[in-house]
Parts: sequence; C-alpha cells; structure tokens
Amino acid sequence: MSATAAIFRKEMRAYFCSPIAYVLWTCFVALTGYFFYSGLLYYSMASMQAMQQPWGVTLNLQEMLMAPLMSNWSVMLMLISPLLTMRLLSEEKRSGTIELLLSYPLSDASVVWGKFLAALTMFALILLPTLAQVAILFWLGQPHLPAILAGYLGLIFMGGAFIALGLLASALTENQIVSGVLSFVALLMLWVVGWSGNLVGGSLGEALKALALGPHFEGFPKGLIDTADVAYFILFIGFFLFVTIRTLEAKRWKA
Amino acid sequence: MAMIEVKDLRKRFGDHLAVDGLDFSVAAGEILGFLGPNGAGKTTTMRILTGYFPPSSGSATIAGHDVVDDPLAARRAVGYLPENVPLYVDMRVREYLDFVGGAKGLKGLEARRETKRVMEATGIADRAGQLIKQLSKGYRQRVGLAQALVADPPVLILDEPTIGLDPRQIVEIRSLIKEMAGSKTVILSSHILPEVAATCERVVIINQGRLVAQGPPSLLRPEQAGNSRLRLAALGDPARLLALLLDLPGVEGVHPEAAPADQPGVAVFSLTAAADPALRASLAKAVVESGAGLVELTPIAQSLEEVFVQLITSESAATAEAENSAGEDAA
Repeated sequence: MSATAAIFRKEMRAYFCSPIAYVLWTCFVALTGYFFYSGLLYYSMASMQAMQQPWGVTLNLQEMLMAPLMSNWSVMLMLISPLLTMRLLSEEKRSGTIELLLSYPLSDASVVWGKFLAALTMFALILLPTLAQVAILFWLGQPHLPAILAGYLGLIFMGGAFIALGLLASALTENQIVSGVLSFVALLMLWVVGWSGNLVGGSLGEALKALALGPHFEGFPKGLIDTADVAYFILFIGFFLFVTIRTLEAKRWKA
Repeated sequence: MAMIEVKDLRKRFGDHLAVDGLDFSVAAGEILGFLGPNGAGKTTTMRILTGYFPPSSGSATIAGHDVVDDPLAARRAVGYLPENVPLYVDMRVREYLDFVGGAKGLKGLEARRETKRVMEATGIADRAGQLIKQLSKGYRQRVGLAQALVADPPVLILDEPTIGLDPRQIVEIRSLIKEMAGSKTVILSSHILPEVAATCERVVIINQGRLVAQGPPSLLRPEQAGNSRLRLAALGDPARLLALLLDLPGVEGVHPEAAPADQPGVAVFSLTAAADPALRASLAKAVVESGAGLVELTPIAQSLEEVFVQLITSESAATAEAENSAGEDAA
C-alpha cells in the first residue's frame, strides 16, 4: 500500500515538475472554452427562435449543449491521454531506473497501480477547469445536475480506459514516442471500430459495435448510467492493467 | 551462518551462457569482493540476487529466502547499487530518498527518519535540497549508496561502486564500505584489483560465468608465484656481468635490458630467481666483489593485474585442455 502511494506521489510530482501538465491544461482550457462559447451562442440562438414559434417548444440544455460538449471533450481527451501515459514505464526502462525500482520489496502490481492512479488523477485535474463552464450554465439557466455528474463519471471511466491502454503501450517499449504513437493508434482504432459494425452486419458487426469505446460513453452525458457500459469500462481497465502487470513480469523472465 | 548462498547458478541469454554453474556463499558480516573481467557475469549474478530476473537454473538465497520462491522477503533483505547508478535525476535528494523509503514499505514518518539517517551516514545531508541532476558524480554515487541503505537491509550488493570517481572520492566511498564490515554483509563487484584487495575480506574470481578462484585477498598477492623477479643495475662491463650473474646458483634466468639514456655506462638486467632474501644478499656481494659498482637491486613486484590475468588464463587453458582430452577420449 505504501509502495503504491510512494509511486503515486512520485509520478504526480513528475507531472507538475515538467511542462507537460501545464501545456496540456492550457490547451485543453483554450479548446473547451472555444467549444463552450460557440455551443452556448448556437444554443441561445436556437432557443430564441424556439421561443418565437407559436407552439411552445422547450429545448433541453443537457441534450443540446452539455452532451455534445462532453462528446467533444472525450475526443480531445483521447488525443491527450497518450501524452500522459507514454512516459510512465518507457522512461524507467530507458534510464535503467526500473532495475532499481524492481529491486525494492514491492510487487509489480503496486508499481502499475501507482502509475495508473497518478495518470488518472492528472486526467481528472485536466478536466477540472470545465467546472467553470458548468458554473456559468447554472448562472444562466437550469441545467440538470445529476445528468452533468453522470457525464463526468463517464469521462472518468473513459479516462481510466485510455490510461490503462496507454500504460500497456508504455510497458512494451523504452521509446516514449513509440509508446505514445502506439497507444494513440490503438485508441483511435477502438474508437472507430464500431463504425464498420453496420456494414459488416451479423453477429460480428454487433461484436465490433460492442467493442468500440465511443458508444459506451454516449449514455453518460445524457444522464444514463447503464450497467453494461460501467461493466465495459471496468473490464477494459482491469484487462489492460492485468496485461501490463504481466508484461512487466514477463520482462523479468526474459530480460 | 551464510547470508548469501548461491548454488549451481546458471543464466542463459539465448545461446549465450552468462553464468555457468556458479557456487559460493557469503557469511554474515563479511565483505566479499566479486572479481572478473568485463562480461564475466558479475552484473548478471547480482541482478539475479536482487530479483531483477530469475536464474535459468540453480538457486540463490538471501538471508534464507529464495530469490525466486520468496522474492519480496529476499528483496527486503537487500540494498542494491547498480553499476550506472540509475536515479530519478529530476528529484531532489531528500524527496528521492523519501520515495525510496515509501517504495521499500516504510510509513511517512519512518521514511523521513530513514532519509535523515542515511543522508548522515553517507555524508550528503548538506545536499538534501539539491536536484540529483545537479550533483557531481561522487555525490550521485553517495545518493546511490544512501538509497541502498534505506530501511537498513542486512545485505548490500554494490556493482562497481567506485567506477568513474576521482581518487579522493574513491577513498571516501571505500572507507564508507569498510565501515559497514561486521554489521552488514556486502558483495562488491569490481575489476579494479587493488580496490578489492584493500576493501574485501574474501574474494571470488569469476571468468566466463565460472568460478576461477576464491579465498582471502592474499590470493591476489604476487608472493604466490614461486619465483621472484629482480632488477639489477651496475657500473661495469655488461658481458662480464652477464657471465657472472649466470654463474650464480639460484639465478634461473638473466635478460640484459637497455641502459637508461640518462645514465651512460650502467648495465641493466632483469633476473628471475628464487624468492629468497639470502640470494639477493649473495647477488649484491658477488657483483661488488667482481669490482663492478652496484647501482640498483630491486625486486619487481608482480602487479595484481598480472596475477589476475595469470589466474584467469591458466584456468581457461586448463579447461581447454580438459575439453580437448575429453574430446579425444570420446573419439
């Protein structure tokens, strides 16, 4: 336990002592700020028009603004996550510090968990400034709080999936760039693999659709916490962390 | 009680046998010198002992814990300093040692107490707040030694702890290690022989993954070699001196050598003779009585490196011979 905590603290420190955290933060705030601004403008125009209609239409703030915004964030976060994870194990292998780390009385699992939790915390911190946008919505209108919370829960689950996969990529190579590219391409594949589901058809098509990352997220920002989606993310994270730990163990045996 | 026990250890990398049936043990409180040329399998053996990878066959135990069957307990008993001292260079010394304490399972307060203790033991307390990447090589080596000492393991495994240091730093690190004699069991690898002779109580010499010799450091002392070599310089006729020296009983070989350019008229010889002080006395007497002026008579100490090379080459020659005869028997 204390080993996991020690590794967690060391990785958090590494994020804040390098420019990575600040650069990602700034970029994410700038991009989401832009999307929020244009989305809000569009929504207010649409609601103005709706009000002028003789038959009273009420627009749903969550469905028309928050859900598309969170969907945008999820794609941006997919691009960002490999940058958070590519260093984690690759750097230890390249600099040789892994030799010393593995000579300490700690399990491989505690190394992987410490790094995973640190990256996930960083992910959540990057997401933090978007709360300002939510606050603006509360100031201007009446958004549905539980649905927004569900959306954030979905984002965290998805971040866990991105990071678990990125951690495996990082365990496979001692080159950070290779690790980053590997996890980025794998995430992109998992994101789009469902698109071909309808074309393929049949049970294979269904399987492809069930495998894809994106569709499992879509329910959350609409306030829908589906146990199937939750199970998907938990299994996804568990599987990739398990394989990462095994990869680390295999490295010991082959070395 | 043996603190480290290595039995028939083998490690194979593909076709290459890096460690080939190594057997040795280290008693508690002993400082063992682990010697061998580059590529002899020193680092591989140390990595097996510290649990970085398991042996292909054979066993290794540390403080009674098998490194494969009970890895966490074995690793809890070991402090390790790898050869190139891989540290997290972006961390400050104190932070780094706190982290090591945590990674070794110490709680917050305990870890900080250990950090303070090891910084004092290795003399780096004044650099506690500095980034590791800004430290000199000598200080980094001390930080490396400090992290090995965190949590006070009974066994220390140090891979080339003085490599790349300047002479003053070497002396400091050596005395740090010597201070641990008795309280800690230390394996220290090196290819610098005087260092091992000066620091260790016992040496194990390996070559090509096999044990070549083990024993006290005097194993490496030149007295072991039966004959001694002498250097003799005298003022006089070189031919007459040569004949005189060859006639003396106990002298087995004489080689004339080039006279030093700044001392004209001096004849220089190198002699192989029995290692007997009486012989040297009679040698000096004979030269003086012949009328030549004795200028110099020095025993040439065989360097440690020469002894080492002899040990290693004689071993590989012996094995080659054994293999040849085995091959002939089979034919």
